[in-house]
Amino acid sequence: MPSRPVTWPSLFTALMYAFMYFPIIVLGAYSFSDSRYSASWGGFSLRWYRALFSDRRLLAALQDSLVIAIVAVAISAVLGTLMAIGLARHRFPGKGLYRGMSYLPLIIPDIAIAVATLVFLASVAVPLSLGTIIAAHMVFCLAYIAVVVSSRIQRLDPNLEEAALDLGATHTQAMLKVLLPQLAPGILAGCLLAFVLSMDDLLISSFTAGGGANPLPIEIFSRVRTGVKPDINALSVMLILGSALLAGLAEYVRYWGDRQRQKI
Amino acid sequence: MAQTVRSAAVTATPATQSDVELRRVVKAFGTEVAVRDLDLTVHQGEFFSILGPSGCGKTTTLRLIAGFETPTAGDVLIQGANVSTVPAHRRPVNTVFQSYALFDHMTVKDNIAFGLKIRRMGSLQVRDRVAEALRLVRMETMAARYPAQLSGGQQQRVALARALVNHPAVMLLDEPLGALDQKLRKQMQVELANLHRQLGITFIMVTHDQEEALSLSDRIAVMNNGQIEQIGTPSDIYDRPRTAFVADFIGDTNLLPGRIDQAYPSQVQVTTDSGLRVLACTASSGGAQTVVVSVRPEKINLSLSAPAAANNCYQGHISHLMYLGTHLHCVVRLGSGETLMVRQPNRAESLGVDTAVYVHWAADDCLVLDPA
Repeated sequence: MPSRPVTWPSLFTALMYAFMYFPIIVLGAYSFSDSRYSASWGGFSLRWYRALFSDRRLLAALQDSLVIAIVAVAISAVLGTLMAIGLARHRFPGKGLYRGMSYLPLIIPDIAIAVATLVFLASVAVPLSLGTIIAAHMVFCLAYIAVVVSSRIQRLDPNLEEAALDLGATHTQAMLKVLLPQLAPGILAGCLLAFVLSMDDLLISSFTAGGGANPLPIEIFSRVRTGVKPDINALSVMLILGSALLAGLAEYVRYWGDRQRQKI
Repeated sequence: MAQTVRSAAVTATPATQSDVELRRVVKAFGTEVAVRDLDLTVHQGEFFSILGPSGCGKTTTLRLIAGFETPTAGDVLIQGANVSTVPAHRRPVNTVFQSYALFDHMTVKDNIAFGLKIRRMGSLQVRDRVAEALRLVRMETMAARYPAQLSGGQQQRVALARALVNHPAVMLLDEPLGALDQKLRKQMQVELANLHRQLGITFIMVTHDQEEALSLSDRIAVMNNGQIEQIGTPSDIYDRPRTAFVADFIGDTNLLPGRIDQAYPSQVQVTTDSGLRVLACTASSGGAQTVVVSVRPEKINLSLSAPAAANNCYQGHISHLMYLGTHLHCVVRLGSGETLMVRQPNRAESLGVDTAVYVHWAADDCLVLDPA
């Protein structure tokens, strides 16, 4: 087989991937190191993974994170889908503006959302709690799900609901039996991605968490301030794998949903 | 109120039962008027087409009958009942959409059964009706497939079956063959005509394809700018167009603007703007002085030597020639400067560009119309 000449673009591409992923590979390697220091090699061991799973504080933080993400995503899934349907299917003045505003939370810097939420909560004297973190996370989860569902609605046949109405279905039946099943892959993909974003969020959580809640990113951040221990290496690897798995699943669901619509 | 409307409808059309009736219907979207003062009566069992260029309001008219739009003014009656404010899901009509709008997450069988199940029909009856519908569109072997696994023509059949399985009073078809290629179109036209004959229910079809409308319809309404220009049988529309728009839109025609010089009982003498003197039939008794003379290209005779015709005979030369196999399509430039489209059977005549020719046609073969 003749070897292909190395071209500049392919070299740059390879370098770019190395730049992005080399640190993560190094981290992954050190997470299996049997050493008390996070950046030295002391032979292969799973001790830090064992330490991780027996760390009560860490598991409690994980639980907080999961509760926040699941509740925020679940509520956002319903509201975001309704929002996308409303934006796509109804005529009203200023629709373009509303459509643009629906995904603004994805562009506004997190710090701005975090500060705004904190100031707002203080001004209406709502005490910070797990509930306030969930509410703050809903802001970006909602926007994310609405965007993904909107893009799917736009690729649907515009006459679908009318076809259902024409066949005798009420508006509610048309939505439940025809529109929602067709949107399901979009909704699911949006939820998975919003879930990853929520699990990942440090900034907004740290501004809106009271004493009662301590989600995982905040716990990690407070630990590394006193130096990175090898158990954080292991935790990071677990988080990366978890996120990658969910993101991959979301992509697969979207791909599967699109393929369903294409001719074979 | 509904009762009085019903009796009025019956007295209005005593001979044939009207299935769909629009009375002075107006539909405006904001300041845009899509349909203005539309009056329309479709008889029971009729294959009725609404034909017009895009944006003429024909699809809006169909949507008004289906119930997807409510009229801004006027009334929509289906089988004598005023349904102007009745929502789409309670009207006895079913629609075949241009895009088919099949439910991709359901099999062919479930797509077809959708309307019956929504109406809570028993499962045994649903099974029989779906089987009957599948047989009608010859898709029995495809029942378990998903729409994405079907070809365009097959999807079209499923869309038809999904509508007709409900035994609607009226089938509404929105450009039903618009997405199919030429060959499949012809084949489906035949099947549509067969279905209509077998079912005996009223079909209302919207199309921009004049050939499709002419070949399938019992009657055609030609629409332009939200209004009906003419309603009639295909031969009415083609041979006796009432307006220049209809003459121009249905088939090809030569339109010669001019003024009436002299009126005889059923004919008029017209001098065209370029100075030709044309003897033509007149359909209307309108007193308009400025008119348009319409001559179909296939009604014009072409000859190399001077014909023995007294009227409507002019000299010119061929400026373009298109070979169409069965026909020759010529553009003849007359001495007066006008150009005429002429369609000639493909005979062994030596015609070429710049050949000097005579064109002539009978007075009965051209019509005087009001200008558009």
